[in-house]
Amino acid sequence: MPESTMNTVAAQATMPVTPAAPLGDGLSPRLRRLEAEAIFIMREAVSEFRNPVMLYSIGKDSSAMLHVALKAFYPSKLPFPVLHVDTTWKFREMIAFRDETAARLGLELIVHTNQEGVARGISPIASGSSLHTQVMKTEALRQALDKYKFDAAFGGARRDEEKSRAKERIFSHRSAAHAWDPRNQRPELWNIFNTRIKPGESMRVFPLSNWTELDVWEYVRAERIPVVPLYFAKERPVVERDGLLIMRDDDRLPLLPGEKPRMERVRFRTLGCYPLTGAIRSNADTLDAIIDEMRTSASSERQGRAIDHDDSGSMEKKKREGYF
Amino acid sequence: MDSLVQSRSLAPASAVADTRPALRLLTCGSVDDGKSTLIGRLLYEQNLIYDDHLAALERDSKKHGTNGAEIDFALLLDGLEAEREQGITIDVAYRYFSTRKRSFIVADTPGHEQYTRNMATGASNSELAVLLVDARKGLLPQTRRHAIIASLLGIRHVVLAVNKIDLVDFDRTVFDGIAAKFSEFAAQLNFTQVVAIPLSARYGDNVSLRSARMPWHAGPSLLDYLESVDVEPGVQGKPFRMPVQWVNRPNSDFRGFAGTIVSGSIRPGDEVVVLPSGRTTRVARIVSADGDLAAGQAKDAVTLTLADEIDVARGDVIAGTGNRPQAADQFAAQLVWMSSHALQPGRSYLMKIGSQTTIATVTELRHRVDVDTLGKLAAKTLALNEVGVCNIATAAQVVFDPYAENRDTGSFILIDRYSNETVAGGMISFALRRATNVHLQNLTVGKQARSALKHHRPAVLWFTGLSGAGKSTIANLVEAGLHARGVHTIMLDGDNIRHGLNKDLGFTETDRVENIRRIGEVAKLMTDAGLIVLCSFISPFRAERQMVRELLPEGEFLEIFVDTPLDQCIARDPKGLYRRALAGEIKNFTGVDQVYETPESPELRLMAGQQEADALANQVIDELVRRDICVKH
Ligand SMILES: Nc1nc2c(ncn2[C@@H]2O[C@H](COP(=O)(O)OP(=O)(O)O)[C@@H](O)[C@H]2O)c(=O)[nH]1
Repeated sequence: MPESTMNTVAAQATMPVTPAAPLGDGLSPRLRRLEAEAIFIMREAVSEFRNPVMLYSIGKDSSAMLHVALKAFYPSKLPFPVLHVDTTWKFREMIAFRDETAARLGLELIVHTNQEGVARGISPIASGSSLHTQVMKTEALRQALDKYKFDAAFGGARRDEEKSRAKERIFSHRSAAHAWDPRNQRPELWNIFNTRIKPGESMRVFPLSNWTELDVWEYVRAERIPVVPLYFAKERPVVERDGLLIMRDDDRLPLLPGEKPRMERVRFRTLGCYPLTGAIRSNADTLDAIIDEMRTSASSERQGRAIDHDDSGSMEKKKREGYF
Repeated sequence: MDSLVQSRSLAPASAVADTRPALRLLTCGSVDDGKSTLIGRLLYEQNLIYDDHLAALERDSKKHGTNGAEIDFALLLDGLEAEREQGITIDVAYRYFSTRKRSFIVADTPGHEQYTRNMATGASNSELAVLLVDARKGLLPQTRRHAIIASLLGIRHVVLAVNKIDLVDFDRTVFDGIAAKFSEFAAQLNFTQVVAIPLSARYGDNVSLRSARMPWHAGPSLLDYLESVDVEPGVQGKPFRMPVQWVNRPNSDFRGFAGTIVSGSIRPGDEVVVLPSGRTTRVARIVSADGDLAAGQAKDAVTLTLADEIDVARGDVIAGTGNRPQAADQFAAQLVWMSSHALQPGRSYLMKIGSQTTIATVTELRHRVDVDTLGKLAAKTLALNEVGVCNIATAAQVVFDPYAENRDTGSFILIDRYSNETVAGGMISFALRRATNVHLQNLTVGKQARSALKHHRPAVLWFTGLSGAGKSTIANLVEAGLHARGVHTIMLDGDNIRHGLNKDLGFTETDRVENIRRIGEVAKLMTDAGLIVLCSFISPFRAERQMVRELLPEGEFLEIFVDTPLDQCIARDPKGLYRRALAGEIKNFTGVDQVYETPESPELRLMAGQQEADALANQVIDELVRRDICVKH
């Protein structure tokens, strides 16, 4: 049976500490427009769905999305819970950051793990990246959405991330089996969103659709949003495999014969399951340095993800099956 | 390509000077005119393609490309697997890129004829259109069509990109000829600025840099123009409008109204009116997580509190008191039809406008617009990709501005109530005053008074089901039973009505809708007279049954589903109709070549395959008694 824990902390709305400046004064008109658009999308979803949830993956996009949500509904507290699908292979620093964030902001945090998958011994190491992702992420997410009967789920995906996302709607319909049908999407005209669904169906809602990776970082900087320290360069124990720099976050990662973790100054552009997430060599240890590095970067952010490498249509396949 | 995040330009971070909101633009034009190549080229020249994407592109160019060994920039833009395999772009895809001067969101829409709907979707969110023309071919019907749709959707700035100029030897006269023809054609459209640029997407002439091969062209390169154009004059100066999206009530002391300002600006103390109620008050505070704000302006997402405790709900519009939006329940609008199920005038759809959702019916289709010529065509319906001008009636008052004055408060979508499909995008032209002129006759003897004479309540018993299901047989028995109890009834039967009132109607989907609409109106008049009206009609479409239901007060419409399996109806075939339909002699026959949409929650479902008609009729009468419509004996 799937099992979840619910952790509800104080009911007071708390904002991250920001300087007492008028709204958006620190934001460029460009970011301010993106923020306003995301707020509009979130308010629309909260008004029209019975039981929304925010998918919280602990990464920078989730942090930005969460921050926007707190502003959208202020002074009310978040009118929905936050769901983390825990594959049990996330970096330890991510989990610590998640719990600290939930406590600091008074979030209603739901953590869900596919216990069947755990019982079957599914892991990125024993099962390979694609089975692990299928069982511990895709299926786990479906379990959680079904269990709590969520009819709308916010996700922090951006259209600039990956080809198949470029065509996905902001309100993206999912069948009762959680499948996405890229051939049969509803047209989205103006900013009028068709939120109608039948019983059992659901909607994925992407408030950051029109943001780019750089927008997210600039927003994080302007709004002083805390992010997981793994984004900043530091000496970390890594091994190099198939061209990816993998950080050995705990001793569940077996070393190959003759392999020895080296300390290298690295950081992460995206965060996921540690055995599947490649680090980059970097000296960027501040937001300014990360943003500078990005401007001159010659590769895309998903390059560090093992699951996208199979072939370039693979993300679309995963999504049709219900990957977020 | 995917992630075209930022230029790895040589400039230091601080040199990214432009902080304007991203320019939202649309690329359109006939298939193969070079849209994808143009955008791909632009990104390449701006150094916006990541090394890993470039490597993938080189790989893909070998596999799918149309240019032999050369890089095919078009492959950067084609997204979904299947369409990549077929070599066509079929949907709207969004692309993001920034140069040192500006950031851009590009809606990439396909050039195929059948995809007008995607182009309209892309245009609805764009401020500028780049319209491509192949220099060898000149203006095509598609070029005109795309210009017309862009204009219809309110785009005011157009770049006419005359592409493949390399293939006509950079010939000025070719370019001038095309530009002149376009400006002649565009005179009838609503563009404020049209800029023509000769270019070669494939070789990069006039894409980001002005080309030495066309010294005769004095104007800017495409990128120079896009980086400098100002498309947003005026929204701040327009009258204040804010549709209320969400009422923010953290506790009983705080009541905020959350929404996005679509035009104008607001300050605490400003007088505002809430529509449609028309109550006026003042803005007390503009609340934000960073403290109260001194002002809010167009495009800001804000939370307002008001000086007076007045009733405000999602769907209302808060506006300045000077220039107010209108409220009406009948208006003229343009529709772009987006569904493969054609428009049915008379059928009810959901209409979403701003944060308001209501029921709407197209009462009259005035004409279809020929999107190649802007000509008016007579039409009874609108099919996928067709554009029309129609009158619409809504169940509730709708607050709006004409689309030409305000894109945000003048646009709406129509949604099919059963499939939930978005079937149309609409733009309001003006309110129709008819609704207020035709005052309903105020009658002194009312429905209740008439009904009271009869000692039973009025109702419509709507028997629906396949031909041969037993609707009329059961309805006749019910009527006899009611009559014996002293209940005043009337029977409306399909065949009889079609011989009289509806003898001008056939069996197409459109005529079937009209058939049911008239019957619904007649049934309603009869309930006004206090009668129990028995209707037996196949009425295969849910939407029409729903339409009749909505004509009547809650509880007066009873949908009775006479549920006999199709094979049993075919076996009975009392009028020999199935035999003829199956032989292809009758078209549009329900159950054979037209669907019967099963009722989802009828008031009563009669399992007519399993029981005798008498027993079924008694079930109906028992149900009327249970509902206090008539008494037992
Ligand atoms: N010679 C030449 N060929 C071009 C130019 N622009 C595009 N093409 C070619 O025209 C074909 C269609 O281009 P594509 O970008 O796929 O068109 P789309 O359907 O509008 O996206 C491709 O083979 C391109 O290489 C140009 O400026 N000059």
